[in-house]
Amino acid sequence: MPKQRLVLIGNGMAGIRAVEELLKRKPNQFDIVVFGTEPYPNYNRIQLSKVLQGDTQVSDITLNEWQWYEDNNIRLYPGETVINIDKEKQLVLTDKDRQEAYDYLIIATGSNPFMLPLPGADKEGVTAFRDIKDCEKMIEYSRKYKKAAVIGGGLLGLEAARGLLNLGMDVDVIHISDFLMERQLDRAAGELLQKELEQQGMNFLLNKSTTEITGKKRVTGLKFKDGDSIDADLVVMAVGIKPNVALANESGIEVNRGIVVNDYMETNVPNVFAVGECAEHRQMVYGLVAPLYEQGQALAKRICGVDDKGYQGSVLSTQLKVSGVDVFSTGKINEDENSKAIKLYDEWNGVYKKVVVEDGILTGSVLFGDTKERTKLLSFIKKGARVEEYLESTSSDESESDIVASMPEDEVICGCNGVTKGTIVEAIKTKDLTTLEEVKGHTNASRSCGTCKSLVNDLLKLTLGDEYSADQKESICACTTLTKDEVIAKIKEKGLTNTQQVRDVLGWTSKGGCSKCKPALNYYMGMLNPKGYVDEKESRFVNERLHANIQKNGTYSVVPRMYGGVTNSDDLRKIADVADKYEVGMIKLTGGQRIDLVGIEKQDLPSIWADLDMPSGHAYAKGLRTVKTCIGASFCRFGTQDSVGMGVDLEKKFEGLNTPHKIKMSVSACPRNCAEGAVKDVGVVGLDGVWEIHVGGNGGTEMRKADLLCKVKTSEELMEIVGAFLQYYREEANYLERTSAWVERVGIEHVKAIIVEDKVKRAEYYARMEEALSVIKEPWKETIENPTLLRDLYEKVNVAAEAK
Amino acid sequence: MEKTLRRVLVGNYEDLPEGFGKTVVIEDQEVAVFKLDSGEIRAIENKCPHRGGVLAEGFVSGEHVFCPMHDWKISVKDGKVQEPDEGCVQTFETEIENELVYLLLKS
Repeated sequence: MPKQRLVLIGNGMAGIRAVEELLKRKPNQFDIVVFGTEPYPNYNRIQLSKVLQGDTQVSDITLNEWQWYEDNNIRLYPGETVINIDKEKQLVLTDKDRQEAYDYLIIATGSNPFMLPLPGADKEGVTAFRDIKDCEKMIEYSRKYKKAAVIGGGLLGLEAARGLLNLGMDVDVIHISDFLMERQLDRAAGELLQKELEQQGMNFLLNKSTTEITGKKRVTGLKFKDGDSIDADLVVMAVGIKPNVALANESGIEVNRGIVVNDYMETNVPNVFAVGECAEHRQMVYGLVAPLYEQGQALAKRICGVDDKGYQGSVLSTQLKVSGVDVFSTGKINEDENSKAIKLYDEWNGVYKKVVVEDGILTGSVLFGDTKERTKLLSFIKKGARVEEYLESTSSDESESDIVASMPEDEVICGCNGVTKGTIVEAIKTKDLTTLEEVKGHTNASRSCGTCKSLVNDLLKLTLGDEYSADQKESICACTTLTKDEVIAKIKEKGLTNTQQVRDVLGWTSKGGCSKCKPALNYYMGMLNPKGYVDEKESRFVNERLHANIQKNGTYSVVPRMYGGVTNSDDLRKIADVADKYEVGMIKLTGGQRIDLVGIEKQDLPSIWADLDMPSGHAYAKGLRTVKTCIGASFCRFGTQDSVGMGVDLEKKFEGLNTPHKIKMSVSACPRNCAEGAVKDVGVVGLDGVWEIHVGGNGGTEMRKADLLCKVKTSEELMEIVGAFLQYYREEANYLERTSAWVERVGIEHVKAIIVEDKVKRAEYYARMEEALSVIKEPWKETIENPTLLRDLYEKVNVAAEAK
Repeated sequence: MEKTLRRVLVGNYEDLPEGFGKTVVIEDQEVAVFKLDSGEIRAIENKCPHRGGVLAEGFVSGEHVFCPMHDWKISVKDGKVQEPDEGCVQTFETEIENELVYLLLKS
């Protein structure tokens, strides 16, 4: 079969992307010719502002090297412009009298900058900001002159202005509206942006309408409608772009604002397609890069005969690429009579957030100062999520990695290059990719504007598991290939409510699970939803199911709670009485300063608890075991703090908490550290007027000296730090991972950054800790008051001896 | 050949817990009785061949129980220990009649 002839007019990002999509699907089937007016291979126009800043060469932003065209047998005619399309004969004609026949023609002529038709606009020193030539011109001017004026306070104008500042020029930005970027931002965000950019050195003239560019041959200044004027040696017009439709128009192809196309990017002329900024789809002309690539895909699928729903339009989002400024917007940015907004405005920190809600559906958002939520919001707005879902996700504080985990496989991660999550994940898996750079190289993701870098990193993390750089994906157990993070994300995403559902819905190979995943899932689900989840007795290891430690002979041990290791004569008497009454095999002091009654029959447990009338010491639990204390300042001549009091408080606060593994704490009243805080999960050491908090210590199988987390002055701070630390551990660690292994894995600096340095995060973790604590019930009391539990768990069936 | 079976009552079918076993003590022997998620009743010796762990307290998954002592996996249908470990435990026949569960013991 002879190759089909494909001609592309426009050697820019959208057109070349469409060609790449074609080559991906049907390599070696097309004879491809590309015409481009600019004398360069395809480069990343989005990063022109970097070239303008002077430290980036054209080669640095080149997307397809000359070699690429050669490798793919593409004939590229740079610096050559198509001047006519003969749609009857299917031919194009260039300004160099070249004729090329086509079977398919793609028009990707992009946009032209919109030049205000002002008197003087033709003077030397007036330029647009659209291509490499413009950049070179500005750089050249910056070497000779001092004063620049940028007309236009939108995205393009501000990036140009920032570039000119970097080049050492004084920059005035003239804007017709009374706040910046009014098409992408609301007033509040626009004003915050202005303040920030003024600090960076820009000068703004708002509400100004330029009427004339003054000067003789060369520009010397601007005049405004209100009579004002300024001096300027360079004038950059950045007021907008308009689709470049001249060629299509002259060739009799239907044109409105752009070249009119259907969902398959087909124009009204057979075999002629249009993509990118020159195309108009459902009355929309897009001036940003993301949709251009989705269009390229739709076009390629059409030409390759792939059945597809085609291009459905895009939800746009904006990010300003100016360093030190985090601004983001998407969808509807201003509320009206039909919509309401959720707003957060923190003038002090320069943080602003607005989410627009229409009929309960998220329709748009503006973020300034802190754009961490951008991925989540964009994803929610794209799918038309309800406001409740968003609010719930904010309160549960999903991290970005949870968001990527919950994205469907076909969700586009890199809007610029149209790379889906599935593509990235598959590449990571099949090509053993471990770094962002490798993913970039293999998938194109993050190769253009770079705003999806964090998402790609999250996907790497998610796909490679916790050992992000070590390239190991560890599944929960042999019943599944999913990692803990993936399972957690799915539980959240699908709203799963019990472990059987998780196993069924997530395709466990063993319907009933195994001894590894059963307690792990039960823990994760309780951790995720402390108030709603119903703890499953059958998913608890025997010790936690029966609230006692099983011994090798099938008997159990009982350890009553003694807060801080402090007891009294009444409790001791009760313990002694119980030991006698039930003929306890041994009374033993534990390593955590408690009394252990060993060798008790299962069926006797409830009545012993009733007789003791003391709370459970949780000596069996994956939870807080004990807070060991030294004698402290009240008696010890070295003591500087009330270690006993603090130990009692900590133990009362966190008793009954479920954690990934057991937690041992201690409080000492001086650096002698008699309560051995260096080998505790949380070891508190009192100094004069200060508490040191050490974490991640272990004296057992994973011997490890604790790291100093921080020092605090008050008991309130101590409680909050310890609570937030434990909650962070609860949320992040794998089930059965001790704090020692976990802190070693994630690094103490990382824990410090979240728990000590980030006050907002700390408060959030602490709040979730409080929620988890709020539902705790004392298990021994709960059991003896529940006949069903007593029958199911503790009663044996005794069969009388057979009559002989 | 003497094959008299002794029938002992375990309890109401409804009252047997799912997901872990019920311990039945018959003189000096213990039997672990399980109600599986299929609804079937199975009974095995309540003693792991490894170190004598009480199987009635183990995690139940499908037709297997995991010993709480050292995580041996044992079939509650045929009493066989699953690989990589080896061994087997005694199994017992059961019977359900009028919603009551019985163990059948060889005398």
